[in-house]
Amino acid sequence: MALPLHATTGERIWHYTFLLICVLIFGFLIIPILIIFPLSFNAQPYFTFTPEMLALDPAGYTTKWYGEFFSSSTWQRAVRNSITIAIFSTLISTFLGTLAALGLSRKEFPYKTAIMGLLISPMVVPLIISAAGMFFFYSRLGLQGTHIGVILAHAALASPFVVITVTATLVGFDHSLTMAAASLGSSPTRTFFRITVPLITPGVISGALFAFITSFDEVVVVLFVGSVNQRTIPWAMFSGIREQISPTILAVATILIIFSIILLTMIEMLRRRNERMRGLSAA
Amino acid sequence: MPSANDILVRFENVQKSYDGEILVVKDFNLDMERGEFLTMLGPSGSGKTTCLMMLAGFEPATHGEIFLDGQPINRVPPHKRGIGMVFQNYALFPHMTVGENLSFPLEVRGMGKSEREEKVKRALDMVQLGDFANRRPGQLSGGQAQRVAVARSLVFDPEVVLMDEPLGALDKNLREQMQYEIKHIHENLEVTIMYVTHDQSEALTMSNRVAVFDDGVVQQLAPPDELYEQPTNAFVADFIGDNNRLLGTILSADGETCRVKADDGSEIIAKQINIAGVGERATLSLRPERVAVNPEPGQFDNNLQAKALELIYLGDHIRTRMEVCGHDDFIIKIPNSALHAQLSEGDNVNIGWSSNDCRALDPTD
Repeated sequence: MALPLHATTGERIWHYTFLLICVLIFGFLIIPILIIFPLSFNAQPYFTFTPEMLALDPAGYTTKWYGEFFSSSTWQRAVRNSITIAIFSTLISTFLGTLAALGLSRKEFPYKTAIMGLLISPMVVPLIISAAGMFFFYSRLGLQGTHIGVILAHAALASPFVVITVTATLVGFDHSLTMAAASLGSSPTRTFFRITVPLITPGVISGALFAFITSFDEVVVVLFVGSVNQRTIPWAMFSGIREQISPTILAVATILIIFSIILLTMIEMLRRRNERMRGLSAA
Repeated sequence: MPSANDILVRFENVQKSYDGEILVVKDFNLDMERGEFLTMLGPSGSGKTTCLMMLAGFEPATHGEIFLDGQPINRVPPHKRGIGMVFQNYALFPHMTVGENLSFPLEVRGMGKSEREEKVKRALDMVQLGDFANRRPGQLSGGQAQRVAVARSLVFDPEVVLMDEPLGALDKNLREQMQYEIKHIHENLEVTIMYVTHDQSEALTMSNRVAVFDDGVVQQLAPPDELYEQPTNAFVADFIGDNNRLLGTILSADGETCRVKADDGSEIIAKQINIAGVGERATLSLRPERVAVNPEPGQFDNNLQAKALELIYLGDHIRTRMEVCGHDDFIIKIPNSALHAQLSEGDNVNIGWSSNDCRALDPTD
């Protein structure tokens, strides 16, 4: 973004001011996350930088919080719970969200806007209200305090993300392709699996990623709908902060950040590879 | 050519309305012979594509029946009609290679692998893309993509192939080249093709017969030469080729010819085609190339005075706008040859034409 030769002094000043603003915003977003990294190696059980750390004294650093995380059965169970719940709620919400998006993209579908609004509502309604509602509803059904209950609750929260990403993919979908398939003798079912599904896969993958992250990060609903047996990582961190201040939380946070980055990168690479293979973007 | 009675496609009193009120297609009747190349030509919104979509099965007919090889097909779903189709935007499957695209309809029909490969190869060779089987549609140029689309619509040996403005997205030179290619494919395979376009030169180049559509009605269905030489109404005369219109009142008519008094008082003799009656208004239609400048005395039965208003140099001819009978939009084409007199703007000249070339049509304004 080089300045053009004809830029005036005012434009030059604005150009650099603009760059500065961008850097500040970027810092505002990223520093709270980066600060976690060094703090998770703090030898003292505090959330602050000790003088030894600032002096870069090796004695000020330790990896014992990581050891604690890997050896604690409570944390390990939270990891298992989080992953199980996230995977199953991702599968459910991806399946349902994709079907909903496909239905909503048909031009003869009635009350499209109203139904879309309804499907998106879990994203808009304050989480605490959804959570309280789910608590009472699931208690009646005997789902409160079960894995299935939490999985269903997370699937409901995550579906809107899938609906939105898949709908966006379908906006660019060329319906003459399904007509072409029909003219070539392909039944609607075959056309769906051979033509439509492969072409919307990148959108479905993106939606599934959002769904996974939604469930993996979620703490409010799981506190209401779940019980001790459904303790997930965010729940364990939340109670950890309130009950015993231990930098193990920072170690967990660091691991989660790295995990998220790896997950995002992998999925994005998968999505791009898929898009390239489908000939949807230039090689 | 097949016998004249071998009707493959028949539209019988077909009507189509999308909203239940306005008819986009009004009482469409058509018999299409096996092996025929029939073009539906008309401005956008005239109902031609709707007819194509009804035959393909993507739009239901509101009223009437469509027959394919003698069988009514209104209740047959598109994928069971066995009709090939070429779309304007090619509609190639982007996630499949060219070979897989062509193989798809054969797979659907449960054909074995070796047979499929052989047919795909033959179809690609037919459109001169034999080496392209492993390319993806995204790597093809527009012309190549359209050739693949044509090959795909033919690879499963359908009886009828529908083409919906297939050349609309190509540039002019490529479009002309593809016109000849499609025409030759039609001649070689003896396949029946229904073609939709709004480009009249495309329709004239390729078709056995052309159906000119306007406002949901077929205005004229005829071979290209007949359509150009003998239009039966003013819309067709205007839509096909360049046309001069002269308006006037009918003085007398004897069934063969009629005398028409133009609005400036001059009298014109014209061929009687479709007129309301003596004393009524009529539209005279005359092709620009049938008008002669400074004709020999007695050569033509119509001789008038004209004033050249504008000369446009077009290389092989000079398009001249003239004032004739009170109309200032009368066009004649003067060939760019040594024999022809040079005109300049503002010149007054004699012009003439044969009453055979001047057709008196319905009095639409």
